[in-house]
Amino acid sequence: MKDPVDVLIIGAGASGAAVAWSLAETKMHILCLEQGGWMNPAEYPSTGRDWEAKFYGEWSSSPNVRGRPEDYPINDDNSPIKVVNYNAVGGSTVMYTAHWPRLHPSDFKVKTLDGVADDWPIDYDALTPFFEENDRMMGTSGLSGDPLSPLTYPPMPQQPLGLSGAIIGKSMNKLGWHWWPSDTTVATMDYEGRARCINLGHCTPACAQGAKSSTDITYWPHAIRAGVELRTHCRVREITTDENGMASGVVYYDNDGVEQFQPAHVVIIACNGVGTPRLLLNSASSRFPNGLANSSGLVGKNLMFHPYAQIYGYVKEPTDSNRAPPTCLWSKEWYDTDPSRGFVRGYGVQFVRGAGPVFEAVVSEQKGILPWGEDHHRVFRKLNGHRLGFSAICEDLPEEHNQVTLDPVLKDGHGIPAPKIDYTISENSRKMMEHALARGREILETAGATDICINSPIPWGGWHLLGTARMGTDSERSVVNEWGRTHDVKNLFIVDGSIFVTSGGVNPTSTIQALALYIADQMKQRLANLFD
Amino acid sequence: MSADTQLTRAQRDELRTVAAMIVPASGEYNVPGADDPAIQADMLATLGRDTKLVAAALDHLARLAGRPLGELDAPRRDAVAQEFRKHGGAAAATLVRVVLQCYYRDDRVLGSLGLELRAPFPKGHVLEDGDWSLLDPVKARGGTLRRAP
Repeated sequence: MKDPVDVLIIGAGASGAAVAWSLAETKMHILCLEQGGWMNPAEYPSTGRDWEAKFYGEWSSSPNVRGRPEDYPINDDNSPIKVVNYNAVGGSTVMYTAHWPRLHPSDFKVKTLDGVADDWPIDYDALTPFFEENDRMMGTSGLSGDPLSPLTYPPMPQQPLGLSGAIIGKSMNKLGWHWWPSDTTVATMDYEGRARCINLGHCTPACAQGAKSSTDITYWPHAIRAGVELRTHCRVREITTDENGMASGVVYYDNDGVEQFQPAHVVIIACNGVGTPRLLLNSASSRFPNGLANSSGLVGKNLMFHPYAQIYGYVKEPTDSNRAPPTCLWSKEWYDTDPSRGFVRGYGVQFVRGAGPVFEAVVSEQKGILPWGEDHHRVFRKLNGHRLGFSAICEDLPEEHNQVTLDPVLKDGHGIPAPKIDYTISENSRKMMEHALARGREILETAGATDICINSPIPWGGWHLLGTARMGTDSERSVVNEWGRTHDVKNLFIVDGSIFVTSGGVNPTSTIQALALYIADQMKQRLANLFD
Repeated sequence: MSADTQLTRAQRDELRTVAAMIVPASGEYNVPGADDPAIQADMLATLGRDTKLVAAALDHLARLAGRPLGELDAPRRDAVAQEFRKHGGAAAATLVRVVLQCYYRDDRVLGSLGLELRAPFPKGHVLEDGDWSLLDPVKARGGTLRRAP
């Protein structure tokens, strides 16, 4: 049998990397098991002429389309929003837009302020030092001083405005609406061994330059140098427990597909809002027949995605197209509740610079604005390089019927039951999306855009996987306590997006990592009585 | 196995015909059609995981046409194409996407669009910093972050 480790972390993505790095200073024996491998930037799409075509195959954001051995299938047939993720060292930070807003202080008190959902058991101030530490570690760029966002101190200047940003800014100014350069994790200058952005284009599926921050090139090198052990191509099947109901270790399949048992004194789950409930439900036993840490019955419940309402159009002037990072500006004009709008809560907006030629052709043909035949060439030249986009990230409120369960049939390559998603968009979200689309149309039309198209929701837009093992002080209404420890198993922690109580209306990775650092800090403060 | 042998001769003929219907050659823009031999060869060489759906789409087209698509007169061919695109589902979408993704990476086509014939990395692109005075009205207007109690 293998020697036990002090801390075993499952998942080497956004939160797993952060918690590993933070705990490394304890000098405990820390092991991380990751089902994917190390990435090779020389193989990233932007290194090849066929960079756009790869998005439809091996570099699709959907694990079901990619179908790499490192991926697991997800049955999301019963959801209008499909799950997207990436499985590797770095997790989904390898494949994300690098848009870097954080939750607002008001997002932690939704029940108190607006009478819906629940308040978090912690507040924004508890996370502030960890937001700042995380921004330094991930390396953010932006412009401090946004009057409608929490104050941030990005260590690098904001991305250039570019052609697209200027058109959007002028339109927003005409309408008198808020906009601001986005905080991003794109390096705008050389930073901690990362080269500055050279505008390779749509950098969502990994950055060959290394300018976009992903935890394989930020946290992990530091964590490994500090002594953390990272084993790749190791897929955990279940967490085991002992006669006292404590986590005793994990059963996993190694790189050769051989079943292994790794004992551990502490287990930390960092598998995202779909992978984490899947693992807990797959860890059912006679002592925990409904799944591990599931006495509340809430493991897998309250899945929140952020329905995206996207609208885009085409202006006469050239836009940045694929010659820049995709996101450049945000707006918080409609972030907070306004009862006159007919819905509670709100949405953040991220503006999109444009698209590459293949994507433009494929999507425009599907939308019916790019014809077949003789007129194809004229119309394509009108569209290509002229796109501007508006995406509203609508706050998704928790609803128990939106859930992750185990599929009774579907299994991954190791025979482990796959997750099944059941999800519907609420009436509140639908009203919010309609409101956002109307505002987006005003912005685009003010900019002179025509041929306006809508994706609402973005069907392949399930990037944000939240809420399925929520945090709280009441063990009957939550899965983990206010510092990330499961109520039921006192040496089992969760640090990923599944512990979100509410979703806010922003991309969540900054907040996920701040939470992971906060939980690591709480653990370090309580090492002497961690299991009390 | 190459897609040359995964698609039948009849399927390859249909692929060429429908590709030309989607993107015909243009003297005005000095570009080939998507039935150009080099572009067709690219499609066949890179079909990969799309082969099954593309083959299904081509068979669907053949059934709708009742004979080789190229033998139909123009109005009938257009009617078949419309029916195919409207009801062809994922297979039809995949076929069209394969045609377009190969067409819009052809050197002659990209050249006609004024795009450089290279991978994005390592040269990248230049992005102008822009006029940040545009942000002045937003700064002047200010605002208040909603506070939590």
